[in-house]
Amino acid sequence: MPEVKARPEGCALVTGGSRGIGAAIAKSLARDGWPVVVNYRSDGEGAAGVVAAIEQEGGRAVSLAADVAGAAAADELFAGAESHFGVPVLALVNNAGISADNLFSMISDDEWQSVLDTNLTGAFRLTRRALKAMMRARFGRIVNISSVVGLRANPGQANYAAAKAGLIAMTKNVAVEVARRGITANAVAPGWIDTDMTAGLESGLSEAIPARRAGTPEEVAACVSFLASDGAGYVNGAVLTVDGGLAA
Amino acid sequence: MSAITTEQVESRVIETLASFGPDVSQITREATFEELDIDSLDLVELAQVVEDDYGVILKGEDMKELKTVGQAIDLIVSRAE
Repeated sequence: MPEVKARPEGCALVTGGSRGIGAAIAKSLARDGWPVVVNYRSDGEGAAGVVAAIEQEGGRAVSLAADVAGAAAADELFAGAESHFGVPVLALVNNAGISADNLFSMISDDEWQSVLDTNLTGAFRLTRRALKAMMRARFGRIVNISSVVGLRANPGQANYAAAKAGLIAMTKNVAVEVARRGITANAVAPGWIDTDMTAGLESGLSEAIPARRAGTPEEVAACVSFLASDGAGYVNGAVLTVDGGLAA
Repeated sequence: MSAITTEQVESRVIETLASFGPDVSQITREATFEELDIDSLDLVELAQVVEDDYGVILKGEDMKELKTVGQAIDLIVSRAE
């Protein structure tokens, strides 16, 4: 029988975990038994609420502030996680993301760069940092929250789409480089999910979605929980769309 | 930090390389990483151990040049000085 490694002791880090999809992921991973670091940039109150909700259910969590677009964020977050829980980060969910939508010709340098910095470069730096401990542990779960926009066009989101497509390519490369160390890297590509970020999107959009409704953050979180589980150890470099059939 | 001796580095490098699979008896200064079946990812991990233990940062271009265990030990010792 091939050797299947069970999860050693470790914690999970969810970036952008104070609300929306990230908050649902943090709660879901906590239910799966992971001690969870809920990272946030500005919404400390939201993050504290997520931690309180997890603790109320008997889970363990801590909130840590950091802007993943910053060069020092990775070291700060990992040092904070390891010192708080006393175990390495063995599940990393790169969820933090921003959008700055504009028609292509109108995208400013800043709108381009800021979206790339947070959504792609931030994930790169955190993943690079995460691999140190994961390689030693011979176990790791990296889940990058991409988007269906990374798979097919959506007018007005070239910067966001480029970052999300970049995340998919990065995910696949990481997966093949470190698979032999028991580490998996997969992407989840949500479609239209009902969150603050999508509030105000035209309701007519649901006509284009085969499911005829928006998804919930919990439906995305369920995919992340699966990919972070021991049972998903042979799923690597995959893109799991959770979009009501939009990209099918 | 006190000076690091070649012997200290040698024993740490051998211990780390042994954790990747080869028998300790095979890991001599003259042994090549190819002979030991030590791959590029193993060397990345060795670089991390060296950075954590000795504060010596080995970059990708440094690692590419390394062929033998002895070369790795010598590079780490020279950087640590």
